[in-house]
Amino acid sequence: MDAAVTATAAAAGLTAAFAGRLGGFELDVRFAVPARGVTALFGPSGCGKTTVLRCVAGLTRLPVGELVVDGEVWQRGRRFLPPHRRPVGYVFQDARLFPHLSVTGNLRFGHKRTTTPGQPVAFDEVAALLGLADLLDRPIGVLSGGERQRVAIGRALLSKPRLLLMDEPVSALDRISKNEILPYLEALHAALDLPVLYVSHDLAEVERLADTMVLMTPGRVQAVGPLADLLADPSLPLYRLPDAASVLDGVVVAEDATYGLSMLRVAGQTLFVPGRAGGAGSRRRLRIAASDVSLWRGRAPRDSSILNVLPARITGAKPDEVATISVFLALGREGDGPALIARITRKSWDELGFWPGDQVHAMIKSVALIDAPQGPAPGQRPRAPDRR
Amino acid sequence: MWEAVWLTVTLAGVTTPVLIAVSTPIAWWLARSRSRLAAIVGAVVTLPLVLPPTVLGFYLLIALGPQSPLGQLSTAMLGHPLPFSFEGLVVASVIYALPFAVQPIRNAFLAVGDRPLEAAATLRAAPWDAFVSVALPLARPGFVTAAVLGFAHTVGEFGVILMIGGNIPGETKVLSIAIYDYVETLEWHKAHLLAGGMVAFAFLVILLVNVTEKRLGWTPR
Repeated sequence: MDAAVTATAAAAGLTAAFAGRLGGFELDVRFAVPARGVTALFGPSGCGKTTVLRCVAGLTRLPVGELVVDGEVWQRGRRFLPPHRRPVGYVFQDARLFPHLSVTGNLRFGHKRTTTPGQPVAFDEVAALLGLADLLDRPIGVLSGGERQRVAIGRALLSKPRLLLMDEPVSALDRISKNEILPYLEALHAALDLPVLYVSHDLAEVERLADTMVLMTPGRVQAVGPLADLLADPSLPLYRLPDAASVLDGVVVAEDATYGLSMLRVAGQTLFVPGRAGGAGSRRRLRIAASDVSLWRGRAPRDSSILNVLPARITGAKPDEVATISVFLALGREGDGPALIARITRKSWDELGFWPGDQVHAMIKSVALIDAPQGPAPGQRPRAPDRR
Repeated sequence: MWEAVWLTVTLAGVTTPVLIAVSTPIAWWLARSRSRLAAIVGAVVTLPLVLPPTVLGFYLLIALGPQSPLGQLSTAMLGHPLPFSFEGLVVASVIYALPFAVQPIRNAFLAVGDRPLEAAATLRAAPWDAFVSVALPLARPGFVTAAVLGFAHTVGEFGVILMIGGNIPGETKVLSIAIYDYVETLEWHKAHLLAGGMVAFAFLVILLVNVTEKRLGWTPR
């Protein structure tokens, strides 16, 4: 393995490098990500995301492989921990529950085999977290798709993994089941201090869940970094998508009951968001579509119907295919805040004489809360299962 | 007459567990191996299905005879040669019934596939643990079919037993040979009783297999 990959391995994180041919498909990927939060492996179908996940779990072994998790070598050279000795939880796209066991039997399967030292994960807490209490005695055959996936997630969690691997856990579900399960995933994210590798080809899902993104093209890793940075990176293709957007993480500071608005603090700025965002202190994720951001030169307009007007600095711009131009902004007067993309017409860009480095105001027409409220989440407020 | 019935049931009762124990590893290997050897082993295991029982019996007689190394080994262990003994019948029956057990078990393992085993591995189950706690229970319909077919096939055996077991009452004279004897000695009444009993038994076995397969949702290929 090359020195750069090995050197970063000492830090708390996940360093992976896998290369080899797999039935005519050539994979050569390497990346290092923090071993916390949700890391999305994102890319088009067939680009090898699932293979990477399988390599991490030890289910697939390629000729070249190196995997270091939190400084612990799981794979390097001739060292190869077999799957059952890797403390991972794997949620398969097709759930793969054991049909000869009940829901409880499936949940207990990994629970009683865990090798992670310390207290086992509390069964009742996981059942509560995933809303499984009513399903426990049922046979697998009668469960709906969403229920199956919830059981599969619970089964993986109860084995007390140190790394949770999820392979498009909602892609096989219809829209209703998907909307039923995503809040549980978000609750997980909030309640557990457990790093997650999440494979997805659905950007909306990634925007909701991920903190870090590994952007893949067929067989290769194109970029790795914080989700918000990659979404607004002019050198990557993500900003060019028709529904390109920026994501920002905010903290609820107050609620304006008179007007039904919530106020969130995002990087020193305050944003108004329609609806109740949860109690003060709740962390929420905001999504701002590039086409909902327009630019205003000079001082903040006082007589605008738009509530959210934030100072920002232009960091770059790239013309789109037809009439529009994507403008890359950094929030804050000094441009030291998070990134934001605006999509305006080229005509406006030229007529107003915008240029990288300019101070502007971003007028945000609409802000969406894309995650489910992390207050009393689905069911009751879950306490993080003790992982020590 | 009842001696022959009892001997037959005992023989099938002893043969079936031995048969399952021998077939399971072979079937597992055949279902999971990508080696070219698998095709050859598969064919060898299936041979008894096609060969005339007398041919099989003939070679077994030679292979297990007192002059052969196998025969000497068994004589040293049992105190008597295998041919013309109950133990010899068990060995012959297991080999003769092998395809009837290996085939359904192999198909059942194939139907289980990699997926549940991978899931088990990610839940910390070591390969042997996954085999016992996932593969075996999921392949249960195959084992039921294998046991029923193996038992029934042993009960109905004639040619191999005649070759290797002869016709010793209480030791190797099983049902089908007893029927043959009764017919030869013109004891039609007894022959009828045993033959009719076999027809009823065979019918029940096939009914049982069909019903189990339906109930367990598994069809043989």
